This record gives sequence, structure tokens and C-alpha cells, in this order.
Amino acid sequence: MAVLLLATTLFLGAGDDTRFRKLGHQLMCVCGCNQILLECNHVGCSYSDRMRGELVEATDRGDNDDLTLQSFVQKYGPTVIAVPTVTGFNIVAWVMPFMVLLAGTGLAVYVVRSWRGRPIPALPGGIRPATGADLDKFREQARSETDL
Amino acid sequence: MTHLTQFGGMAAVLVMLQGAPTSGGVWAAFFAAHAAKFGSYFLLVALLLAVYSFLFGGLALFGRDALSERIGETARRAGIAVFFMVFLAALTLVTAAFQDNFSIFYIFQHSNRDLPLPYKFAVLWSGQEGSLLFWSMLLSTYGLVLRLRHKTDTRLFAHASVIIAGVQIFFLLLVNFAAKPFGLTQGALPPDGSGLNPLLQYPEMVIHPPMLYLGYVGFTVPFAFGLGALIMRYPGEKWIHITRRWTMVTWAFLTVGIFLGSHWAYNVLGWGGYWAWDPVENASFMPWLTGNAFLHSVMMQEKRGMLKIWNVWLVFSTFLLSILGTFLTRSGIVSSVHAFAQSSIGSWFAVFWLLTLGVCLVVFFKNKDHLRSEHRLEALVSRESSFLFNNLLLLVLCFTIILGTFFPVFHEWVVGTKVTVGPEFYNKEAFPIALLLLLLTALGPLLAWRMTSVDSLKRNFLWPALGALGVFFGLLIFGVRPWQDATHFYSALAMTLASLVIFTIASEFIRGGRVISRHSGQNLLLSIAQLGRRNTRRYGGYIVHIGVVIVFIGIAGSAFNRNVEKEMGYGDKVQLGNYELVCRSYTQEDKPNYGSEWAIMEVFQNGKQIDTLYPERRFYKASQQTSTMVANRSSLKEDLYVVYEGLNQDTGRPIIKVYINPLVNWLWIGVITMILGTVMAMMPNTLPSPAAAATRVQTVPVGAGD
Repeated sequence: MAVLLLATTLFLGAGDDTRFRKLGHQLMCVCGCNQILLECNHVGCSYSDRMRGELVEATDRGDNDDLTLQSFVQKYGPTVIAVPTVTGFNIVAWVMPFMVLLAGTGLAVYVVRSWRGRPIPALPGGIRPATGADLDKFREQARSETDL
Repeated sequence: MTHLTQFGGMAAVLVMLQGAPTSGGVWAAFFAAHAAKFGSYFLLVALLLAVYSFLFGGLALFGRDALSERIGETARRAGIAVFFMVFLAALTLVTAAFQDNFSIFYIFQHSNRDLPLPYKFAVLWSGQEGSLLFWSMLLSTYGLVLRLRHKTDTRLFAHASVIIAGVQIFFLLLVNFAAKPFGLTQGALPPDGSGLNPLLQYPEMVIHPPMLYLGYVGFTVPFAFGLGALIMRYPGEKWIHITRRWTMVTWAFLTVGIFLGSHWAYNVLGWGGYWAWDPVENASFMPWLTGNAFLHSVMMQEKRGMLKIWNVWLVFSTFLLSILGTFLTRSGIVSSVHAFAQSSIGSWFAVFWLLTLGVCLVVFFKNKDHLRSEHRLEALVSRESSFLFNNLLLLVLCFTIILGTFFPVFHEWVVGTKVTVGPEFYNKEAFPIALLLLLLTALGPLLAWRMTSVDSLKRNFLWPALGALGVFFGLLIFGVRPWQDATHFYSALAMTLASLVIFTIASEFIRGGRVISRHSGQNLLLSIAQLGRRNTRRYGGYIVHIGVVIVFIGIAGSAFNRNVEKEMGYGDKVQLGNYELVCRSYTQEDKPNYGSEWAIMEVFQNGKQIDTLYPERRFYKASQQTSTMVANRSSLKEDLYVVYEGLNQDTGRPIIKVYINPLVNWLWIGVITMILGTVMAMMPNTLPSPAAAATRVQTVPVGAGD
């Protein structure tokens, strides 16, 4: 952990994110390589060089982020944006995982609670499973006598 | 695919092979001339045997008399024979690759004369037809092992054998009729082949696909046991013990396969990353997640007789997801960088997938009363609950990935236009869920079965939590600013939670070690070392968790990646971080299989030369494609990753891209740790635990479990 901590701290604070980098990572190269615009590493790619140039021009002009991204959508179609925008049907993609997580958590809590309501099954010979203080006592005994 | 006439093809192959007229040479020529026929016959016979194994094996399951038993035995042997036939077919194809037998169209498409020998072996899985044959061979190998071990439980294994034969029929139908690996080349015999995809000409590509396929295919076995056990309403939990072991083996293969793929992508694709959330990468990750969920929840069934329905569906889902993954790879329904595997056989997989789902549903609804829980869940704060929530998180993660992968298709159906779902979506959606999972990984081992008292939780959790808090403040002191942006926030949180997991696991080891030390008088370290031998499954599991944590640390490092790109002439310098790279020279080289351009880059740190790197770009002659060979100076702290992107056509000077990628090595170390933990968890205990010794004297069991 110490090595990791040291390693972590040595490279911190060196982030050199610019607006160009930020926007360049929100766009896809449209040559068919399926890569983020700034990560397209095809030298001579007829699209990425041109698109990067257009992005530089847009940022130099002082266009805001929305305007810049919209100009790319107009020119290259909606698939040029690297992630679905938070509008219309796209909201489903952004919201669904967390909705499912919430619903699943609710369901799991409900299942646990409803199971708790079930009667304790009787063991052969009329033995009842230990609960509460008895259970804690047995656990302590197990802990002190075994490695389990 | 049209074929050459038989004699024309044979003559052409004989002309092509220029060996001396020794008896070996004659045999080689004879084999080469007939390879396509041999291979096709092997596959046809394999299909007939698989059909026999499925039909007669199924028929035998209905009876319990001596005749049924004999029929069942013939079906089992037919299943074993399938392996030999498919193996011979695969051997024929590999031999054809080694003989440069371009009369077989598949060999012409995926090999060439100057291809290095190990890659000729890899030709088997480098294209559609060959990879399906390879899949079929692995499935028949799993089937062979299963059928040879049938005495473990004859009836259960007979059911599983029939189900495997059913799956085998599907793959053999594909290679016999839809994607024939032994189709002949049309027209005159070409002097050389088209060559192997350059991206696949990398050492890991000889290992990565087999590992991945062993994972994918292997999930057929737990599926076969799960479905078989449900069909026969298997009494007891023995099937779940068998299935768990098979799932662990398969899951380990898939883990290795996935990470070898990442390592390959990192070193070959040259974009500085190891995971792009490409649909095909996602396809391998989905069954990995559900398989992982099963390995956790199966403990509930083994120890408490609970979650039986859940477990059966996890086994079914894992198999269905591995088929879905293959459908994704082959159908081209979503765009992927793995375009080389696309074809028209996607519809076959869609039909098979629906058919399998239908069978699962019918069998489940017919027998679901057999899957009643034997115990109730007693408390929300218990080991059982932690498994329940662990499964929930793993499945939500899987759902998120399925949603992201298929969302472009849904969007086109609903809105009429496609959208792109890139890495940022997964990072924003999946990472928070993964962090919750990490938190649960820390909490889970501290919770007892049935119920955990608040006192016990406090006692067990206090020190690890204080330790993690210490790490968090340590990060702040050393300059981490989680409030700076989301990436830094997640990175700091991941590091803190990772340390929490490590501290809880360490506390578990220390606590167990102390008990042994107290009883045996040994020192604490020796006692801790003994723990693993006393309960391999439990402590192996902990080591897997440590591996996962190390992987998380490696991923967290990516928040601090940096790069710079520069066109560099002789003596030009580029600075990144505390590295200075000087371009000493750039040159070209010609080899039989490829030509290459590369640069000689001297690396300086604090004015002192520490290394020389040789980033390279290759041009493969046969396929007329280029590929990157990254130069990487790797350390535990960071990777200095240098890419030769190509020559600027106007200036004739190379474009070099330099990355500093922190902590990447920890990712690979984490994976190795995970695999070691999994292997340990699969081993039998080599020392009796005090509890086991106690039960020999005392018949009343006391204690918790793992």
C-alpha cells in the first residue's frame, strides 16, 4: 500500500486537460474505427485529422461547447457524439441502471423482510436453532476454539 | 462457396508441394490433396455421432432397465467419439495451415507462406469458420472429460451428456453447413495466401482466444448440470458442488482470456488504453459477471439450502450470455472494432439462443416446485444478505453493460437514428456500481451467517475502517483533490475502498492466524500461512478479492494518464512528466512477412539516460495492412508508453505519441493474484481444521462457515 500511495502522489496534480481535450473526448472518429476522436491513432486517417482541425478552429473561434458539438452533429450525424445526450429517449439509457439498482435493492430488502417473517424450521429431535444471546455465545466459543 | 473439381484440386496441391519423393513426402502430398475431404468427413461423422448421442442418450434417460442402460452407454461412447472426430478435423485444418495448403479457402484467407509457425497454429481460430471449429473442439473436450468422469454420478452425468450433445449438434451444424472450414478455393490455385490479420500477429494472440473460448465454451458444462439436475429433479445438493467446481475452472479461463485480451489491446492497438468498452469486450464481460455472481450465491445453497431458483437462473443466464456474446461478435448487429469476425451466421445464433431460452423456461416452470428454499433468511445484516446484495450489484452491472451495448439498436428501433454509446457512458454508469461492490467486498467477510450483532460488526470493522480513513487522509495530504472533478473523486474513493478491503481481509487472516497460534504455539506468520491449507476455499476466495482490489487500484491510476504527440526529426526532444525523450534515429527494415518503420528513442530522467525504446510500425505484405508495436517501459509506478504512429508524408519524419499511464502494471499483478486465488480455492484442504478435528470427538457442530 505504501508503494501504491507513493506512486499515486508522484503523478498527481499534473493533469493538462484543455477544452480541446475535453471536447475531443466527447467526439468519435467517423472513419469506422470506433475510437474516440483524440484516440484515433490511424496516421493518414482522412477523417480524424480533418475533424481535429475543425475542433481547433471551433475552440479558437470561441464557440461554446454546445455549439461546437452541434456543428459536428450537423456535419457528421448524431453518432459523432461519443455518448447519448441527456435528452429524449436517451434519458432511458442514463437513468435505467440506477432505477434497476433502486428497484433491485427494494426487492432484496422486501425478500429479506418477508423471509424473516417465515416460521423458524424445526430441526429433527425438536432442537431449535439458537438465536440472540445464545447464538452470540456459541459464536464466541467457535471463534476461540477454531479458525472458522 | 464454389469448389474446385476433386482431381483438379488434388493435382494442384501435388504441384504446390515441392517435397522430395520420400515416403513421408508422398504421404504429406497425399494428405494435402485430400485434406479438405478428410476434414469434411470428420465433421460429418462427428455430427452424426452427436445426433446419436443426443437422441439415444435422451431416450435412455426415460428407462431404468438394463436395455436403457446399454443404450445410454452407447450414447456416452458416441459422445466420446465426437471428441476424436472433431479433434481430427481441427488437426487437419492446422496441418493444412502448416503445409500452406491454399486449396482450402480458409487457409488461403488466413495464412501465407512467410507467416511464422506459431501464428500458423493460431490460424485455427483467426477466422469465422476455424473459430467455430475450435469452439466445437473445446466443447467436445469438455464433453470428453465429463463423460469419462460419469461414475461420479451416472444419472446426473448422463443428463448433462445429452444436453452437451444438443449444444454440440448446433455447432457441428454450423461447421458442416453454414461456415465450412474445409471449403475449396475457386479457380486456379493462388501462389500465396492473403495472410493473417496483422492485429493477430502478436504472441498473446496465440493464447488469448483459446483462453477466452475455454471460458465461453466451459459455461456449457455448468449449464448442462443445472438443466440436467432440474429435469431429473435431482435430490440433494451434490450437483451444485460439481457445478461450482466447473464454474470456477471456466470463470478462471474467462478471466485469463479477458485480461490477455486487454494486455494485447494495450500493447498492439496503440491507443494507450486496455479497455474500450467495445461490444465484443462487453460480450465477454457479461457472462464473467453472472458467473461471478453464481460463485458467490452458490454458497447460500450449499450452506443454507437457499436461493435455488436464483442459482439455476444464474447458471442459465451465464450460458445464454456467452451465446449472446458470440451472436454479438458474429452478427454485426452493433458496430465493433472486432469486425473481422462478422458474418451472416448471426441468425443461427439468434435462433439457437431463443430455443435455449425456451427450453430453460419450460424446464423451469415444470420443475420449479423442486427449488424451494430450506431455510429462511433471518436478518438483514448477515452473510446471506451480503451475498444477496453482491448478486444484485453484479447483475445491475451486467444489465448496465447489456443496456449500453444494445442501446444503439434500441434507439434505432424507437427513434429511427443510431447513437454512439462510448466509454464515458460506462465510466459514469458502471463505475459507481463497481465501487458499491467494492464496499460490499470489504463488509461481506465480516458478517456472520444467519445474523450479525452490531457489537460484533463494530469489533470487526473498527480497525479496517480506521485504516481506510487513514489512507484517505494520506491521499489528501499527498495532494489528491477528490473535489477537483469526478475522475479524481472516483479515483480517491476507489483507493480508499480498496484499502478498506485489504485491511478487512488482513484482519481476517490475523484473526485466524492468532487462533492457530494460540492452539499450536507457532508464531503468527507461520500460523497465517497455515490458514490457506486448512480452508483453501475461504482463503483462496480472499486472495481473489485482493486481486480484484489490486485491479481496481490499477484502474484508478488511469485518472492520471497523460500524453503528448509530436513529429520528431533527428535529435528532436519531447518532454512528458519528468521524462525527456530524444529521437536518435528512425529507420526502415524489410523482413519476409512484413516491412517495418521504427524509431530509436533515448529516454532521460533528471538529465540521466535511463533507457532506449524502439517504437515500431509494421506493414504486413500479404494482407497489405499495418500494425503498431508499442515500446513500453513499465514499472510499478507507471508505464512510459511510446507509439510510432507513422511517417508524415509531407516531411518524411515520424509522428511519435508518448503516454504516461500510472499504475497499469498493478492491473496485471491483480489478475495474476486473482488466478492464484482461484487455483487455491479449487484445491482440496491439505490440513485438517481444528473444527473438523473437533467433530470427530464431538458430534454436535458448532460454528460459522466461510
